[in-house]
Amino acid sequence: MGIYARRVMVNRIALSIAMAAALFGLAWLVWILGTLIWNGGSAINLAIFTQMTPPPDSAGGLLNAIFGSVALTVGATLVSTPVGMLAGTYLAEYGKHSRIAEVVRFINDILLSAPSIVVGLFIYEVMVVPMGHFSAWAGVVVLAVIAIPVVVRTTEDMLTLVPNGLREAAAALGTPRWRVITMIAYKAARNGIITGILLAIARVSGETAPLLFTSLNNQFWSTDMNAPMASLPVTIFQFALSPYNDWQRLAWGGALLITITILILNIVARALAAVGTSRG
Amino acid sequence: MAMAMSDKAGTPSIETIVASKPKAGPGEALVEKVSIRDLCFFYDTNKALKHISLPLYDKRVTAFIGPSGCGKSTLLRVLNRIYDLYPKQHATGEVLLDGTNILAPHQDLNLLRARIGMVFQKPTPFPMSIYDNVAFGVRLYEKLGQSEMDARVEAALRRAALWTEVKDKLKESGLSLSGGQQQRLCIARGVAVKPSVLLLDEPCSALDPISTSKVEELIDELKSDYCIVIVTHNMQQAARAADYTAFMYLGELIEYGETEQIFTNPAKEQTQQYITGRFG
Repeated sequence: MGIYARRVMVNRIALSIAMAAALFGLAWLVWILGTLIWNGGSAINLAIFTQMTPPPDSAGGLLNAIFGSVALTVGATLVSTPVGMLAGTYLAEYGKHSRIAEVVRFINDILLSAPSIVVGLFIYEVMVVPMGHFSAWAGVVVLAVIAIPVVVRTTEDMLTLVPNGLREAAAALGTPRWRVITMIAYKAARNGIITGILLAIARVSGETAPLLFTSLNNQFWSTDMNAPMASLPVTIFQFALSPYNDWQRLAWGGALLITITILILNIVARALAAVGTSRG
Repeated sequence: MAMAMSDKAGTPSIETIVASKPKAGPGEALVEKVSIRDLCFFYDTNKALKHISLPLYDKRVTAFIGPSGCGKSTLLRVLNRIYDLYPKQHATGEVLLDGTNILAPHQDLNLLRARIGMVFQKPTPFPMSIYDNVAFGVRLYEKLGQSEMDARVEAALRRAALWTEVKDKLKESGLSLSGGQQQRLCIARGVAVKPSVLLLDEPCSALDPISTSKVEELIDELKSDYCIVIVTHNMQQAARAADYTAFMYLGELIEYGETEQIFTNPAKEQTQQYITGRFG
């Protein structure tokens, strides 16, 4: 066999293996999504958005869980966005090479990959136990703690991508440091930072384990942040494991809702990122 | 345009360029705008400038020439203390601007930089509209009404020979312009704040010949109002644009004098070798 024929062979084999691996990965995804749409699609109706979670074996919806998820996620976003952006700004703009920035960056990377159940247990110890009860506030805090490292990391990365020449040019006009950051660097990095925040939201909106230790669940309509609060992931967890058909159907519907929400968030994030690169 | 063409057709000798230059009008007294005295500059412990002393005259163009790494850009970056953005860089000696030592501690660097415009090697338009790019620096230090601001922006863009090209798209992003237009936008941004000194760091190195000759014409225009310093690798450009030329090598000022003298009758052997292209 000539060298060329051998290369063609090797190429064919490598290509087939790579294709097979890709198909193998995709197949599971398609299977999961297909099952989800098949089972969840039939569960989605108006009642899901208008009625409370029902007792076993009766009809109802997910309104309290949807509200809870939105409240917890919005709360977590409101806390994590400013904290994460400020920390990321410090790392990229002020502390760049300082010792403390290195430490913060290292710890942030650990937090980024910390199992969320560990974070949940931690907040349980420092918030739920002293307060004496589960609460939506604890849920907000735990989701914020999970989201912050994501926002810190993307903010730092995106600000680092802003060319130094822009900062120098702004400074050369006599622009004070804080205005260089807020009016030039943030502007140049805006899409990337928004993408990071959206990805952080997507990440926390599917979290279940940490919420079991904090906001727990609530069968009823509740807007009291000091009380336990329902959320989609925890409701899905509870309903899917139950033996009741109605609950299982609602769990499928909830799972589809979360998946669609996260999908939309990801698409928006990608679209924004694309706009950012084509402009730069 | 003609100059750009001749660049391609066959480089005219430096002597021809220098000889064909209009002489600075007599009668006009030379004002020493900036005096550099015994200036040394350090990147950490590495001494990049060694005991530089030279004057920069008002309403004249001074060129810094020399091989890469000779310190000419560093010298320029001392003049508006832009090096202060980076830790571990410091200067000793004196740089007097209108008699005040700008290297003295407790200088308000933002006010200083507002008086000294700088244009960089790579065009650095801010990620905002053409109008806002020009208005940015003005807004920092002056409160102008809409019509006054409009007039200021128009005047600056006219000054930079860009007005006719952008007057119908002032709201469009500054990033949408071509490289040469972006560089002229940066010059407009610099002159809009009415500085008294204009620093140009290889302003044409990223531009095509046509844009280059436009920028050079512009420099000649602006000379009537500013003290201009230009760093350039292009000997023809120095010969065409500058009234005074400083030749630097390895962090030292080898020779300084009137451009004609430097290019036709250099006092130092090294200058002679560099301008005739025997090293560098």
